[in-house]
Amino acid sequence: MKDIREDIAWAKINQDVMKSLENPRKLYWVILFFALMAFGFGLGCEVYQYQTGMGVANLNNPQVWGLYIATFIFWIGMSHSGTLLSAILHLMHADWRKPIYRFAEAMTTFSLMTAGLFVMVHIGRLWQFYYALPYPNDRGIWPNFQSPLLWDAMAIFTYLSSSVLFLFVGMIPDLAIARDNMQAGWRQKLYTLLALGWEGTDRQWRNFRVTYLTIACFLIPLAVSVHSIVASDFAMSQQPGWHVTSFPPYFVAGALYSGCAAIITLFIILRYVFKFEEYMTLPILKKIVRLTFAIAMVWTYLNAVEFASVWYSHDQVSKDVLIQKMTGNYSPFWWGMIFCGSVVPLVFAIKRFQTNIPVLFATSLLLNLGMWLERWMIVAPTFSHGYYPWTWDHDQWPSIVQWGMVFGSFGWFTLLFLLFCKVFPSVSMYEVKEMVYHRTLHLKKSETAEQGAH
Amino acid sequence: MSVSNLLENWSQVRHEHPVNDKPHDPYKWAMAIDLDACTGCNACSVACYAENNLPVVGKEKFQHGQQMHWMRVERYWDEDGREFPDQGFQFLPMMCQQCEAAPCETVCPVAATNHTADGLNSQIYNRCIGSRYCSANCPFKVRYFNWYDYPTTENVWPAEMTQQLNPDVSVRGKGVMEKCTFCVQRLSAAKVTAKGEGRIVREGEVQTACQQACPTSAISFGNIVNPESRVHKQWAAQQVELDKDKQAKNEKEEGPGLRGYRILEELRAYPSVMYLERVRESAV
Repeated sequence: MKDIREDIAWAKINQDVMKSLENPRKLYWVILFFALMAFGFGLGCEVYQYQTGMGVANLNNPQVWGLYIATFIFWIGMSHSGTLLSAILHLMHADWRKPIYRFAEAMTTFSLMTAGLFVMVHIGRLWQFYYALPYPNDRGIWPNFQSPLLWDAMAIFTYLSSSVLFLFVGMIPDLAIARDNMQAGWRQKLYTLLALGWEGTDRQWRNFRVTYLTIACFLIPLAVSVHSIVASDFAMSQQPGWHVTSFPPYFVAGALYSGCAAIITLFIILRYVFKFEEYMTLPILKKIVRLTFAIAMVWTYLNAVEFASVWYSHDQVSKDVLIQKMTGNYSPFWWGMIFCGSVVPLVFAIKRFQTNIPVLFATSLLLNLGMWLERWMIVAPTFSHGYYPWTWDHDQWPSIVQWGMVFGSFGWFTLLFLLFCKVFPSVSMYEVKEMVYHRTLHLKKSETAEQGAH
Repeated sequence: MSVSNLLENWSQVRHEHPVNDKPHDPYKWAMAIDLDACTGCNACSVACYAENNLPVVGKEKFQHGQQMHWMRVERYWDEDGREFPDQGFQFLPMMCQQCEAAPCETVCPVAATNHTADGLNSQIYNRCIGSRYCSANCPFKVRYFNWYDYPTTENVWPAEMTQQLNPDVSVRGKGVMEKCTFCVQRLSAAKVTAKGEGRIVREGEVQTACQQACPTSAISFGNIVNPESRVHKQWAAQQVELDKDKQAKNEKEEGPGLRGYRILEELRAYPSVMYLERVRESAV
């Protein structure tokens, strides 16, 4: 089993990837249509909520956060695996990342943008959101730098801007290829502009490598810090079920987990829609599947750590929240999370399924369902069973407006992602060529070695 | 410029102890609520609605848990085996506890909720962006969010009632957090009068709306710094101290007859409201 055929001609790589910009399979338009519908519905819900007030989301006291914050964490989490593939595996010289890291990095960018939307729809006075920005003003009023929410905003903004930069810089040689292969039109103008006059000279390549590596190194600590800071929103608070020391690593593991599962889903879709069978090969898929399985087990372990530390802490209130999660109104969702997050990934341990596309597709969706439930089960039960007994009977079921925005966010993400894949090369051409080249080198070396042995 | 400001006023930013380092001079507003005297009549709650222009949200929104009662009277059923109608219950009037180390203040991203020099936990409506983090971190869940634009909602204040709205209190728009202020408009007015006469506010000169309406005088309110105030005497008699997280009542083994406690003291939020435990058996 090899990650890629060593006899693909470089011209064919160009041709295949450029084709993906022009004629995808029909499924592309079907998905695009549904994404547009979902986004439109979500947008309608937001307009309604903006006009009428947050009350239409069926939030109440004490359930003040609901699905918005849960889904916000979900999307932030989703973004992390893009960085794992594009930056960490780049430093580790893992060649198999090359055909798939571009779309993973795009996933990072777009899921961060989706998460940003949830901050917006969540706040009560969207029209005053700029109060949270540290902009200079003549009254000397600053945001509250003590608030984890503010750290959040800064961490996410830094991560988003560096991710966009990383995505763009890594694409420059490919944009030049696109520029040279396109007929005149708006696309060629766009590529010419974005390729920044790339000619492929030695000096350009050298500068390019250094820049790319620098941004990759910058991005890695960010990926860890962002979700740790999101975890601080909860860990820094005083509420039972949130005030947990192990939350930051737990959140980071959960983030990588849902991100990897999303990469499997998108891998399968892109491979079919854009006819990338030659590049997004099954052996590569198998590697991601194994990686996902490992992360799933880390997540399961951290879950167990959290439960055990709550259970043995003799912190009665936190313990009550945990018992409430397991046996209360939320128990179907909580057990659903355990099932989808810890039991379903066992499918990945079975070799037969590691390259079975329908099974992997269904499993990866279930994993992400589990991860979404996890976020919801972090946020909601603490509100309905916190410190204060008066809050204990107050359960809350999200209204259609909240659900609409959750579905709408998937539409928005899919929309951005599909448009990206249609406008920009979603497989990195120059890096696939490198991969093919490395493989030929490797083959040559082993051939020579064999000859020497005789 | 703001960095130098920060460095010059570092002592105001950094505290050794959340209570003792604060300038409680000449005022620190505090409350004491005698649960033995409380009959659960809800007059305090009604008075609060009238005084503070609280929107009346109606049945449907109440069922959704979106009511805005800054002062709420909670009911806890006795669990002694008796069944309704013989089953007894106890009342607990609950409002913002004006914590000295308020969990809500540190988490607000825009610093819309702050501590005042006279020991109030203030809420700046104009600054609030509605992230609701304060409510999420409040152990007592006494913060209320404007889920709708109540001033323009029908029947929140029926036409004849708009004449009754309190001109001293702003009406809050949609998307901001609000909560009990200890009737800060009355406190300000009293302070202005006192300042004009070159003195500080005297005991009994200012009352909160809930205190004023309470038929059994279960609520007392005043400046705890003033040793002559009723609230100071009550706190002192119960040996309850503002800066402690465990009071005499809970420290001594055989109860010396002390009834004073503060709710969820172990969280070290240092609330400004002392409750006096109920000693009488609940009678229905």
